[in-house]
Amino acid sequence: MNSHESITAPLSARRRGWNGAMRVLVYAAAALICALLAFLIGYILYRGVPNLSWQFLSSEESVINDIQGIFPAIVNTVYVIFWTLVIILPLGVGSAIYLTEYATNRKLVSVIEFATETLSGMPSIIFALVGMMVFCQTLGLGTSLMAGAFALVMMTLPTIIRTTQESLKTVPQSYREGSLALGSGKWHMIRTVVLPSSIDGIVTGCILAIGRIVGESAVLMFTAGMGMRMANFGGDSIGEFFSNFFGAAGSTLTVSLYVYAKERADFDEAFAVAVVLLAIAFLINLAAKFAGKKLKKN
Amino acid sequence: MQATPRAKAEGKDAANVFVQEDPAAGIDSKRGVKDAMENVMKGVFVACGLVAIAFVLVISVYLVISGIPAIREVGLWNFLAGTNWEPAHKTDPSFGILPMILTSVYGTAGAIIIGVPVGFLMAVFLSKVANKKAAAVIREVVDLLAGIPSVVYGLVGMMVLVPAIREAFNLPAGDSLFAAIIVLAIMILPSIISVSETALNAVPREYEEASLALGATELETYFRVSAPAAKSGIAAAVVLGVGRAIGEAMAILMVAGNVANMPGLLSSVKFLTTAIAGEMGYAGDLHRQALFSIVLVLFLFIMLINAALNMFLKRDKEGN
Repeated sequence: MNSHESITAPLSARRRGWNGAMRVLVYAAAALICALLAFLIGYILYRGVPNLSWQFLSSEESVINDIQGIFPAIVNTVYVIFWTLVIILPLGVGSAIYLTEYATNRKLVSVIEFATETLSGMPSIIFALVGMMVFCQTLGLGTSLMAGAFALVMMTLPTIIRTTQESLKTVPQSYREGSLALGSGKWHMIRTVVLPSSIDGIVTGCILAIGRIVGESAVLMFTAGMGMRMANFGGDSIGEFFSNFFGAAGSTLTVSLYVYAKERADFDEAFAVAVVLLAIAFLINLAAKFAGKKLKKN
Repeated sequence: MQATPRAKAEGKDAANVFVQEDPAAGIDSKRGVKDAMENVMKGVFVACGLVAIAFVLVISVYLVISGIPAIREVGLWNFLAGTNWEPAHKTDPSFGILPMILTSVYGTAGAIIIGVPVGFLMAVFLSKVANKKAAAVIREVVDLLAGIPSVVYGLVGMMVLVPAIREAFNLPAGDSLFAAIIVLAIMILPSIISVSETALNAVPREYEEASLALGATELETYFRVSAPAAKSGIAAAVVLGVGRAIGEAMAILMVAGNVANMPGLLSSVKFLTTAIAGEMGYAGDLHRQALFSIVLVLFLFIMLINAALNMFLKRDKEGN
């Protein structure tokens, strides 16, 4: 069967059979998964690309003019990503800094790590429900993209903490010692030495978090609503602007895919959105790989 | 500013003396501000560190408080073991979630039974059998699979799998537990592949070399030496898959049919997660509270699974 058998004693029939069967199984599994991947990606592109047009991406849907468009969903997705990152970055990076630079109490560290692991194992439907109760109802944000961003902060916190921690650990201890020996305080040392050298890890964390936010549907369906029209982000007076800007609600890309597919049975539009999501997933993977490689080099 | 390094080098007392002697009194106050800043920032970082704990506490407290009332009203036994779920019935609503618990358990088990062997064999392929370049390319694509949003899986399942099942089994509708199992199995593949591949890669090279030197074939070595040596990592992959499968909502909401039947492979079913995702929008009063109780049940399942996962991961770390 292969070359090394000729120099060793021939295998018994049973062993040869087992070997052959296992080889077939391993290759079959690999072929099955590759075929599945090719089919999945090919099918989405085949069904979606013909329905994709500039107009679909850049306009709002209008029944009168018979136009379908996902521009509002794109705006909402960007809005949610922006606010989630604005909130999560200081929290997540700060938390990682505490864990790697300050923490001396081992018990507290293990409790925090347990909490982070619990959060990362929690299914999104639980964040959806808790987000709805805490942010939409208790804190009075109502059904809004902002409430969605807060719920997503809970969900992406472990991602940011983990990647930041990993890159903080790669900063050589001698940098820290050098800085402290020159008389800088701990915060000064973190700000001027540690953070700049761990920026790659933080960027990787952000990319991964964006990936999760773009792919998330349950949380946003529960907290940010399923409206397909453009939300009103502006206003005439300052007060109105604030309440509109922070109270805006509507569907993101994933939620609008769900609405197209499940509630309206507009499958052409659903597949077009799926192509957009696939492209975003591809770009995010690429960016994460790139940032990760840079991280490793340092 | 320049005083500080020397002062530090000479020890704390020397620093005080030095500062006192220094004619430039400005250093003292500047240092006070700096120290205050240091303390403030330390406080800020401690607070950030505690955020994760606060989130978990908020989630637990909210789920328990909102989940208890309906269970009280319906009765724990009626709730968990009741086989009828008719929360919207006008005169005689019933709130038994046994069908959903069983559906979630069967659905997860089915996804594991299909996904784990295929994923494990794929991990062996990527880690040991395939040449490095091919493995790297396939790994990229598997990563892409992990990044595809769950609604996209739901959409493809809805358009391809459901009609195929309807045709193949001659059913009035193809939305079924079987369709959900397939979708779940595909969705858990990436994490099973990557976690088991990591575990297989961590097996010391000497184990395999010893086995080969004793005359075992390559495949015998991979399955009878490497795999047992990586078993706690592979167990972690299985548990991770269980957690993913039991928590998934949106994809299976689109293919499972959403009728609270007792689970049958080809019948339309409702999972714990799909009940929550599908009914929260229109549920009122006791129905809504019952959905909160379902979330509490799901939460308890997840906590158990997480505990198991942590155990395996810990054992893995100690093992190496």
